[in-house]
Amino acid sequence: MNLDVITDHLDYFLVGAYPHGPLGGAALTLILSVLSALVSGVLGFILGIALAVTRGFAQTSLLLVLSFFRAIPVIMLIFWTYFMLPIVFGINVPGIATVVIALSLIGGAYLAHSVYAGIRSLRQGQWQAAAALGLRPWQVLRYVILPQALPIMTPSFINQWVALIKDTSLAYVIGVGELSFVATQVSNREMVYPTEIFLFVALLYYAICSTLEFFANRVARRYQQAT
Amino acid sequence: MIEIDQVSKWYGSTQVLAECSTRVAKGEVVVICGPSGSGKSTLIKLVNGLESFQSGRITVDGVFVDAPETDLPKLRSRVGMVFQNFELFPHLSVRDNLTLAQIKVLGRSKKEARERGLSLLERVGLQAYAKQYPSQLSGGQQQRVAIARALCMDPICMLFDEPTSALDPEMVNEVLDVMIELAREGMTMMCVTHEMGFAREVADRVIFIDQGVIVEDCHRDDFFGDVAARSERAQQFLSSILSH
Ligand SMILES: Nc1ncnc2c1ncn2[C@@H]1O[C@H](COP(=O)(O)OP(=O)(O)OP(=O)(O)O)[C@@H](O)[C@H]1O
Ligand SMILES: [Mg+2]
Repeated sequence: MNLDVITDHLDYFLVGAYPHGPLGGAALTLILSVLSALVSGVLGFILGIALAVTRGFAQTSLLLVLSFFRAIPVIMLIFWTYFMLPIVFGINVPGIATVVIALSLIGGAYLAHSVYAGIRSLRQGQWQAAAALGLRPWQVLRYVILPQALPIMTPSFINQWVALIKDTSLAYVIGVGELSFVATQVSNREMVYPTEIFLFVALLYYAICSTLEFFANRVARRYQQAT
Repeated sequence: MIEIDQVSKWYGSTQVLAECSTRVAKGEVVVICGPSGSGKSTLIKLVNGLESFQSGRITVDGVFVDAPETDLPKLRSRVGMVFQNFELFPHLSVRDNLTLAQIKVLGRSKKEARERGLSLLERVGLQAYAKQYPSQLSGGQQQRVAIARALCMDPICMLFDEPTSALDPEMVNEVLDVMIELAREGMTMMCVTHEMGFAREVADRVIFIDQGVIVEDCHRDDFFGDVAARSERAQQFLSSILSH
């Protein structure tokens, strides 16, 4: 084991070229993850609720769109948004935004199904009892359905977010300097000790994922108690 | 108070209610019975708009249930409903089950809502259970809380959909007692139930419904007393439920 290769490049692993250049490394991975987790979470919530309250044509169309996003590989969506959007709409999407958009759309599509399944797992009678008291549809969701469905959804959210953190590594295909990108760079430059480098990188991913899991569980518990 | 006029309902192509008409006057208690799948639950859920219907007319206190301009949530807040499976909200304590709609729908203050909730809990004999969660209560207790929850809204009438049929036999009476007391106080009630003892004691009228058709709609004394004048289906039904 030679850990010098880690300590020598520690800054580069953690923050990339920052402050002399753009932010990268683990810090960028973290930012990409948090942004995609938030956006995919919000999307998943809205689309999952939409699935639960729509019927017929609207629901079928929504399901089709979602299955499309679930079917395409992340890497292809990243390519498309990065290379196709400028051509089709004449707008340049920065690399980081591309990754966040792609991961959020795909994560959101998966989460929408979890939210939908969580909502559907409650008995129809709960909707009826809440409505019979005069609660408006959004109040029924807010005060009766979601507080019960959310604890059921938490594991899917954590799974999806962990998967998403790992998928941020695909950002390398468009040259976004996140953790695996800088690790590959260092490894290629030094040409020695790839085992140490990638072991260290794996540890960093592990740390990020477990931190997320820890906080997500805590928030879920807090929410359960608050309602 | 409740007027049902020539109402028909289909699920897809199957008709579940055919030209049903009846009315419930203020203070009247009407019991609805009939075989399983005959459309009792459907009929009662039409009254507060939980189910829609395709033809006919229903008014509650003069408000058309299916008119587009009707504010259904507002109408529902004035019509209490009790379900077969209680449908208390399992994530809320008994107290919060009682106060949620008072606060969110009627705009009562938390304090006001809690006082009202407590006084109704007391009325159904469960004041000691305010802090418990529904899963900690027996079925009979849960159903009494559900009745209290509906009463908290100061409803103009109450709908019951087989309130005792999910209960163990020894708990049936504690729920019926609450309902009987309510009926004696003059509450307008529509009750789907097969508890003929309850019907005999407090019902003004009994409706018998079979395959979506109201077959009998008559005074309690006629229904139970003058059996020979009843339709064959009603007689069969009566003898089948009275025999066990
Ligand atoms: N959502 C639905 N979709 C299709 N058919 C339905 C639906 N709900 C009820 N039905 C049908 O409508 C008919 C009437 O049902 P309903 O629940 O009103 O009967 P019920 O008299 O309350 O029976 P039970 O004593 O079993 O509660 C039944 O034949 C049932 O199969
Ligand atoms: Mg029924």
